[in-house]
Amino acid sequence: MSTTARTASSVGNFLDERLEASKGVKFLARKIFPDHWSFMLGEVALWSFVVLLLTGVFLTFFYVPSVGRTTYDGVYTPLANQTVSEAYASTLRLSFDVRGGLLMRQIHHWAALVFVAATVVHMFRVFFTGAFRKPREINWLIGATLALLAIVEGFAGYSLPDDLLSGTGLRIASSIILAIPVLGSYLSFFVFGGQFPGEAFIPRLYTIHVLLLPGIFLALITAHLIILIVQKHSQYPGPGRTNQNVTGYPFYPIYLAKSTGFFFLVFGVVALMGGLFTINPVWMYGSYDPSPVTAGSQPDWYMGWLDGAVRLTPGFFEFTALGFTFSFNIIIPALIIPGLVTAALFLYPFIEQWVTGDRREHHLLDRPRNAPTRTGFGAMAITFYLLLLVSGGNDIIASQLHLSINDITNTLRVLVFVLPPLAFVVAKRICLGLQRKDREKVLHGRETGTIYRTETGEYFEVHAPLDEYRRWTLVQQEIPGPIELPPPYDENGVRRPGAYFDRIRQRVSRFFFEDRIEPVTPAELAESHEEHEAIAAHAEEDEEQRAISSSSVPVGD
Amino acid sequence: MSGHTPVPQGAPGRELTPAGRDRALPERFENPGLPAHRPRMADVDPRAAKRAERQVATLFGISAIGTLLTLVVYFTIKFDTPMSFVTYLERLRLSTGGLGIGLFLALFGIGAGAIHWAKTLMPDEERAEDRHLLRGSDQVRNDALGILKEGAAETGIARRPLIRNSLIGALALVPLPAIALLRDTGPLPGNDLSTTFWKPGMRLLTDPQLQPIKPEEMRIGSIAHIVPDGLDKSPDYLEEKAKSAVLLLRLDPNDLDAKSQPGAYQGLVAYSKICTHMGCPVALYEQQTHHLLCPCHQSTFDVTQDCKVIYGPAKRPLPQLAITVDTDGYLVAKHGFTEAVGPSFWERG
Repeated sequence: MSTTARTASSVGNFLDERLEASKGVKFLARKIFPDHWSFMLGEVALWSFVVLLLTGVFLTFFYVPSVGRTTYDGVYTPLANQTVSEAYASTLRLSFDVRGGLLMRQIHHWAALVFVAATVVHMFRVFFTGAFRKPREINWLIGATLALLAIVEGFAGYSLPDDLLSGTGLRIASSIILAIPVLGSYLSFFVFGGQFPGEAFIPRLYTIHVLLLPGIFLALITAHLIILIVQKHSQYPGPGRTNQNVTGYPFYPIYLAKSTGFFFLVFGVVALMGGLFTINPVWMYGSYDPSPVTAGSQPDWYMGWLDGAVRLTPGFFEFTALGFTFSFNIIIPALIIPGLVTAALFLYPFIEQWVTGDRREHHLLDRPRNAPTRTGFGAMAITFYLLLLVSGGNDIIASQLHLSINDITNTLRVLVFVLPPLAFVVAKRICLGLQRKDREKVLHGRETGTIYRTETGEYFEVHAPLDEYRRWTLVQQEIPGPIELPPPYDENGVRRPGAYFDRIRQRVSRFFFEDRIEPVTPAELAESHEEHEAIAAHAEEDEEQRAISSSSVPVGD
Repeated sequence: MSGHTPVPQGAPGRELTPAGRDRALPERFENPGLPAHRPRMADVDPRAAKRAERQVATLFGISAIGTLLTLVVYFTIKFDTPMSFVTYLERLRLSTGGLGIGLFLALFGIGAGAIHWAKTLMPDEERAEDRHLLRGSDQVRNDALGILKEGAAETGIARRPLIRNSLIGALALVPLPAIALLRDTGPLPGNDLSTTFWKPGMRLLTDPQLQPIKPEEMRIGSIAHIVPDGLDKSPDYLEEKAKSAVLLLRLDPNDLDAKSQPGAYQGLVAYSKICTHMGCPVALYEQQTHHLLCPCHQSTFDVTQDCKVIYGPAKRPLPQLAITVDTDGYLVAKHGFTEAVGPSFWERG
């Protein structure tokens, strides 16, 4: 036995005798995980979170969470001798005087942007493939919570430098709190420890940003991953893949190498971004002061949609009644819309379950085209989100394109109602079209790119039938239909309890599943082949009659 | 082109021979199972395997070089000697970029090497593992239910409603201290939201120079950022500034409408700079149209119409600060704001 082997075996023995490690290895090491590029999105989020933890700890060594006034005397001379907050001064010191400090700050900021983006895209992957269906509803809820908290955490993080831009963001946050009916001014005074901006908020935000939320993140991510392992990963449909198995490669050694390797890739790429691309140059904004502001103030992209909603809501929504102010111009875009979005996010798996009446476990993912209504909803959500994001940059668009900002805002006010439903219809129709194309492909084969010319000058492309493996992916789906419910009246003409809700449910179900395209059945395929043969036979007859050399003419079998 | 075309003899994958009408076909296609494994180059050609091995090692080698580069950049780019600010920034850019590239190589090399190793040299034969329903078997579920019932019976919670109810009551009350303890996170608002630093006769000072101004220093079309005299001595400097920042503008007196006139002084008007929408400073002035634009959400106020909202998400006009001159000829506030400045709140009315 070599020394290495002896050491390994004694370490293994040590762990096993204390932690039952051998059982853990047996359970985990050879677990199969399926492979698909889209499964990487969640991993990007996970690994950028780890990068955030690592770089964040470095930042805390230098950052001072205080808004105590101090005179800046660091190397950034344009701000020399200005009165700034300690938070801002320490951020500048970290950026200019600590070697690698600017790099770390920029890696942290880029990693945060990547984290939120990966989380959101991962969530859309899960949505479009139906991975939220039973038994994965809990993981959907955890994931949605993580996505929402990521926005809060990001906002908290970029507010900490106490620069002019982020301070303006906090001013907006304080106004949203003020707009809450009845409790607004009290809540604002409690949150900010008095009048805005106060001295309490930045230290409080610091605790939330580096302790409270990361703790919640760690707990939720851990739960997310444990549930993933217990339930085994879902997989895309394909040959050999069923609802009762999972196909792919073992965790050890394949995914251990791939996934750990991927952590280094993510870290490496974010490090490169941090090294080469300036992000959030707080030294250009100055320390927070409630009086100055810069034109083109923009939040980080994940807050942009909320800012856009606020920009679109006209002022007449605010009114005074009974001596109190109802600021619906703020309440609607800043509280009600995010509330509704959150509710829709959390409830969707259960709504779909109610509509389908499907209580089975689903481990095979849907190809998005095979769930046209759901895909339509997703397209609608993305359109709505993008329109609000664009609205958040209406001033930039106006100044870049030399257009009237009021025209842009008016147009967006209309589009935000018109385009999402349109996107729903278009996406749904595209899905149905793609399903028809799949049928066509199964029935008549794939295009080979080989063009034939007959002696009469007719051109056609040869189609080759799909092999059974490729075909399976296109015919495996089960397309649910509208649910059938018992009639509202029984044989004695008595109305069944719950008949009213059943009718609503039936209608919703029809909306979901009325338009559907069934996959090709073996009988249909056989029929189509007979047709092909008839045509081929006909062609052959033609040929014989015309007595033309058969060598140049393709003939069916 | 339609797919109704004959296929040449010997087309690949044509396994469905003319279907006999008499042969019963299944309702659905059957899953053909995993396709046969196709070996990679490295599986069949030892030279390809050797090549992959060298590639992986090269990637790991690149990582080592990256680590070295990072350390070299860190220790050789010096900031401690006296130098001009521009040189300093150049070195900073060099250092940040160099460290970033070094770290990228160091990390990316390891990552790419490990993944290349897994993809080329570790087995790539797809395997299947059975799944079982997550639901426990009826036996297990019954056992679990039995245990839960037994335990509940052992506590006697069903038989002793007094314990149960008093526990529910106690648990319902116990979070109250947690809420109460948050009380001291901040003072009550009082009328802090409705009052500002401005007092009658207080001079208007320019921000940030803190100089008093005379009317003749302001030409028509000019704008000045104003704070109240004495603000810089206030212990709550930023909090007070957040409410009392003011814009001073001079217009042709004939452009001002009747509502703007009472607080104006020879075409000079002072308006709160704090947006009535969300409190951003309304700092963008369009001299030709006399419009003030808030850069945050683009609420637009017309100075000639007493800063009425003419577009955007704000509802209320910017409050006016009535001004006049003192005996020395400097601009002063006639009196404080007569209404709350800044964003709306419930009690504002």
